[in-house]
Amino acid sequence: MSSAMIDLILTATLDTLYMVAISGVIAALIGIPLGVLLYVTRPGQVLAQPVLAGVLGVVTNIGRSIPFIILMVAIIPFTRALVGTSIGTNAAAVPLTIAAIPFIARLVEGALNEINPGLVEAAQSMGATPWQIITRVLLPEARGGIFTALTVTVVTLISYSAMAGAVGGGGLGDLGIRYGYNRFNPTIMLITVAILVVMVQGFQSLGDYLVRKSDHK
Amino acid sequence: MIRLHNVSKTFFIKKPNRQDRRAEASESGASSTSVQALKNVDLHVPQGQIHGVIGLSGAGKSTLIRCVNLLERPTSGTVSVDGQELTRLSGKALNTARHGIGMIFQHFNLLTNRSVFANVALPLELMGMKRGEIRERVAPLLELVGLADKANQYPAQLSGGQKQRVAIARALASRPKVLLCDEATSALDPQTTGSILALLRDINQRLGLTILLITHEMEVVKSICHRVSLISGGELVEEADVGDFFTAPKTRLGRNFLNDFLELEPPRALIERLVEAPGEHTHPVVRLAFSGDAVSTPLISRLARECGVDVSILQAKVESIQERTLGLMIAELMGSPAKTLEAIEYLESHDLNVEVLGHVQRND
Repeated sequence: MSSAMIDLILTATLDTLYMVAISGVIAALIGIPLGVLLYVTRPGQVLAQPVLAGVLGVVTNIGRSIPFIILMVAIIPFTRALVGTSIGTNAAAVPLTIAAIPFIARLVEGALNEINPGLVEAAQSMGATPWQIITRVLLPEARGGIFTALTVTVVTLISYSAMAGAVGGGGLGDLGIRYGYNRFNPTIMLITVAILVVMVQGFQSLGDYLVRKSDHK
Repeated sequence: MIRLHNVSKTFFIKKPNRQDRRAEASESGASSTSVQALKNVDLHVPQGQIHGVIGLSGAGKSTLIRCVNLLERPTSGTVSVDGQELTRLSGKALNTARHGIGMIFQHFNLLTNRSVFANVALPLELMGMKRGEIRERVAPLLELVGLADKANQYPAQLSGGQKQRVAIARALASRPKVLLCDEATSALDPQTTGSILALLRDINQRLGLTILLITHEMEVVKSICHRVSLISGGELVEEADVGDFFTAPKTRLGRNFLNDFLELEPPRALIERLVEAPGEHTHPVVRLAFSGDAVSTPLISRLARECGVDVSILQAKVESIQERTLGLMIAELMGSPAKTLEAIEYLESHDLNVEVLGHVQRND
């Protein structure tokens, strides 16, 4: 294999990691609070706001129902306004982030669902404010579930990032399609897939480790 | 210390689908059904007392105890704790008032991702107490509940009884004046139940803590309560000192609870022979309950001597209810109608509680 090829693979790997990292971090920063909000505004919860809960639910569902490839193209004007370009890894990170936010939010909401409602009640009986219940009961108790949610999200982002080639975003998926598929180069195809497998395996193991470490259930 | 006045709680349940709602609307003109969980409940628990509320499932016990710290807000009526009317409070003032009311639960409700120490520290953190102060406060509490060596373990590593001990330490952390126990021993085995009850009694005596507990177990009432209320259909139907309740419950439900607890029922063969009305050739079958001096007096032999009535004991049992000894007996009084009547009067004059269960045909 030529050194140019190796360069190409290296760059693509870093591009993928870059896109996943940027979108994963920003989506987590927005998605986790959104997930908490989805949970606590439900009727019967500590900040019950049935109307707000309904609106947030619908918005989240819309976000989750748009196919990623369509979302990517549809928000090009927004992407351009935000990062100044619609081509490249930064541009690809925008739709990745937007797709990941509702994804994380629903998973976090699900993780919170697993918490025994008795714990919230116990905290209320101690005079906890809604904010204290969120920060001292809900989030710490859902820690394992939230790490699971983030792991699933990162793995999904790795596979979504393969579509970033559609906006010239680069990355391993793009490399595999252009060189491996279009130019019929099975070696490149196999290498990119192998790197992706290792990457997913690595993140999954890291995630599992964090869940084990953080959860005392 | 705890005062509930005319408390009622109604739950409104929305109909799940439109068809139901229409059917309901045509019947009653309402779009939801309501369930009245508590009806005009009056309850007063003085400082330092252990008050038990006993009832069957669905009687409203849980709703009642949750109304005391306003986890459920009563639909009407007032709740006061330590002279403060909680039903007037909301938001911050209510949260502050709740620091003075500890609560423990049937399923302990410990935070799984916090160590034993951190669980007990939680209410103090919520009050905004400093770390050093928390440390000083938590250590003696763990000592009190006998778990000083488990401070760094997590709830999943503890047994049920140990978990409830942690929960008790946690409930006491903010130095409350009142402790609410929501079926605190129902998930525990009998031995562990005994040790948890002993701990509660100890806390009550040492700290002068007022305790309100709900339970469906007579054993709990018997071993630690001073006073007991019976709840049925959301209403308190009977209230008495525990000693009195165990000697002579006033309501049918109370008697059922007691008989189930004491397993004191006349033999089946006898029940089948029992008739309600006395006849020329019948003997009364009576249930005798005696406490105090009557326990140590040889009344049965005196009955034979002084009234000329023979006594056939069908079942007998002696229980100690706190400091009082309670004797219970089911017996057939053998003699002529006039003499047995005299015998019953004799027994009643010696402070025995006599209940005529029925009459059986004489065998002779």
